[in-house]
Amino acid sequence: MSQSPSVPLTTADGVPLKTSLRRAVRRSKVKAFLLVSPLLLFLGIAFVMPIVEMLWRSVDNPEVSTQLSRTVTALEGWNGDALPDEPVFAALVEDLREGQAARNLGLLSSRLNYEKSGMRSAINRTARQLRAVEPPFREALIEINDTWGELETWRLIQREATPYTLSYYLAAVDRQLTPMGEIVQVPDHLKVHVGLFWRTFWMSAVITGLTLLLGYPIAFLLTSLPLRHSNLLMILVLLPFWTSLLVRTTTWIAILQSQGVLNDVMVALGVIADEARWQMIHNKAGTIIAMTHILLPFMILPLYSVMKTIPPSYMRAARSLGGKPFLSFRRVYFPLTIPGIAAGGILVFILSIGYYITPALVGGQSGRFITNYIAYHMQTSLNWGLAAAIASILLFVVIVFYMVFNRLIGVDKVKLG
Amino acid sequence: MNESLLQERNDNAREAGHETDTHFARFINVQKSYDGVELVVKGFNLDIRRGEFVTLLGPSGSGKTTCLMMMAGFETPTHGQILLKGDPINDLPPHKRGIGMVFQNYALFPHMSVAENLAFPLEVRRLSKAETKRKVERALAMVRLEDFGDRRPAQLSGGQQQRVALARALVFEPELVLMDEPLGALDKNLREEMQYEIKRIHADLGVTMIYVTHDQTEALTMSDRIAVFNDGIVQQLASPEALYEAPENAFVANFIGENNRLYGEVTETIGDRCQVRLDSGETVLAKAVAAGGVGARTTLSLRPERVSIVSQESDESFDNRFRAEVKEVIYLGDHLRTRVNVCGNDEFILKAPNAKGYASLRPGQSVDIGWSSSDCRALDA
Ligand SMILES: Nc1ncnc2c1ncn2[C@@H]1O[C@H](COP(=O)(O)OP(=O)(O)OP(=O)(O)O)[C@@H](O)[C@H]1O
Ligand SMILES: [Mg+2]
Repeated sequence: MSQSPSVPLTTADGVPLKTSLRRAVRRSKVKAFLLVSPLLLFLGIAFVMPIVEMLWRSVDNPEVSTQLSRTVTALEGWNGDALPDEPVFAALVEDLREGQAARNLGLLSSRLNYEKSGMRSAINRTARQLRAVEPPFREALIEINDTWGELETWRLIQREATPYTLSYYLAAVDRQLTPMGEIVQVPDHLKVHVGLFWRTFWMSAVITGLTLLLGYPIAFLLTSLPLRHSNLLMILVLLPFWTSLLVRTTTWIAILQSQGVLNDVMVALGVIADEARWQMIHNKAGTIIAMTHILLPFMILPLYSVMKTIPPSYMRAARSLGGKPFLSFRRVYFPLTIPGIAAGGILVFILSIGYYITPALVGGQSGRFITNYIAYHMQTSLNWGLAAAIASILLFVVIVFYMVFNRLIGVDKVKLG
Repeated sequence: MNESLLQERNDNAREAGHETDTHFARFINVQKSYDGVELVVKGFNLDIRRGEFVTLLGPSGSGKTTCLMMMAGFETPTHGQILLKGDPINDLPPHKRGIGMVFQNYALFPHMSVAENLAFPLEVRRLSKAETKRKVERALAMVRLEDFGDRRPAQLSGGQQQRVALARALVFEPELVLMDEPLGALDKNLREEMQYEIKRIHADLGVTMIYVTHDQTEALTMSDRIAVFNDGIVQQLASPEALYEAPENAFVANFIGENNRLYGEVTETIGDRCQVRLDSGETVLAKAVAAGGVGARTTLSLRPERVSIVSQESDESFDNRFRAEVKEVIYLGDHLRTRVNVCGNDEFILKAPNAKGYASLRPGQSVDIGWSSSDCRALDA
């Protein structure tokens, strides 16, 4: 019966047991892999690749190094104390000529313009007059545009010659590099992102708090009502999932706008004067109300899944031991629902900071989120690098929250049913 | 019926305020319906003495838990009154009743340590820290878990959890403790050990206990009195001995212990005896307990150990003698469990002691069996 450990176990036909076991499970492994491969492929294309691409774009900096390659080479060794010499200007002329021929100066000029305003027009104007430019180029270029006579311009070109840059991230947090390479805040009138980040975070926190406040009693009811009623209530909770997000959001506009249903009713009831209708939409209130409504199920479901597992006998035991109803709730029931609160909270908060369409539609100017600025930079200002940097910061924040949550509570507590 | 009830209530009103030992806790004609259609408890009456151990015993769904929950205050009686120490407590919320309760699944708070669980009822009563600590330690010592105070309930075995639940129900020194099948989840050995433990604590502390179980052995070994439940009413309330020896109706006779049944019709009553003609034609003399008059149908109830095999034709010690055919013999060491066919009933069991002369029972054999009319109880049909 006992076999010495040095002799490998074999099957009846002499094949080592491990080999034949591996053979036997290989088929089922291959089958399992084939079954999930469409999903893996889809996730790779639709999820992993875009994120990698986004992270890449947030630091990618090809414009100067490729389109001004000669200038950058000529600038090597320049110490930045005085204007560069003639060869550098000659190289710039050549680079610009080539760029104009290839019609891709636009990218370069916008890239430099992010860092130093006036660069776009300097490059465009110079490029237009390139044909007539004669050596000595240094004087000729400065003649065309003063910018070329500024030390800062050349320092900027030298600095941005690296293939990667952090300047998009700096811009995303309202910072910039001075010509001397120090990080400073942008002028006050240009600060937008940090404020928006904070607004996104605190409004998301408020929305999370409100969904908790509204969702906790509903989840509790769901677990304590008789089955017939709780099923009906559950359908009501899930109903929003069956209607389009856009419809729900626009319904809020119809209800909350100053000529909307709610204001009309209150005026009719005499609660408020006709001239003093409440502004409840296209501001922070609008965003908070609509998002609270939309995200409520994501709070209720994890809460419910946790509450469902708490036997009613715990509360009864607490009461029979002499605990008043509220005290029993606070000491016994509530602590047991904390995993649900955390799960619902993290879910709603993460969904909320990444929400786009609702703040865009009902947020007006003051109720916008940082996501609306990502869209702005992608669609209007076309500064994709900056959009990518902002989005990456959001991604980073979400990951941090997720990790803290996982550390404290455990991700396996997030259940939706 | 109604008048006697009124009388009872008046009696009670007179006693209100000064409880007596016989009226420690009372259910007075309590009824309960959950759905307004069906009465789950129909007219429940129970009068519990101080320090008594009373068991509610009955089949599943007979309303035992419901009665306990009404005493604890988690369900309200649809009708009737519940009194504790003479005071009606129908409208008293559970936390003001001061009744200890042990739940079937223990209901230990999973996020608190054992010591915190025990401290909970003391903290809500605002006892001082030192006092709380002392009482918790004493309670843990009582259930012999001194070293387990820091553990979480999940880190305890089933039996240990059970002890903690018991200690928690007792730590605030309630005068009445309710237990709903507290040993249901334990295996047989542990259950017996815990039965002993609970009895010991009951004797030591002198608390009154109402215990729910559907295990009749448990009920018989632990209780001072047992209320046998069926169909929402108490079929019989008596000491274990009386329940076994003198069941008052067919349900109790069947539910408690093993029992042979014979069906027939009363043909004559003679004092406390009656003559019954069985459906198979034989005539049996039985003790008239709950049989009706002449002509009424009746069930005869007979314990297997009270039936004997008669070896001598001349033996006149039994007033009922019949010829039976042995169907099956199971050897159980000290006795032979024998199934015979007699009076048209071939599920008739008798326990033949493993004494000289009896060991030769074989299936197919014919034997004379006999029993005394005082052991054969004529009950309701
Ligand atoms: N909350 C409730 N709502 C409706 N019906 C109930 C409820 N609780 C119990 N019942 C019904 O009342 C009857 C008695 O239930 P109860 O729990 O008192 O029985 P039990 O004697 O404790 O049974 P078991 O031995 O199985 O625990 C059962 O028919 C049950 O279906
Ligand atoms: Mg029960």
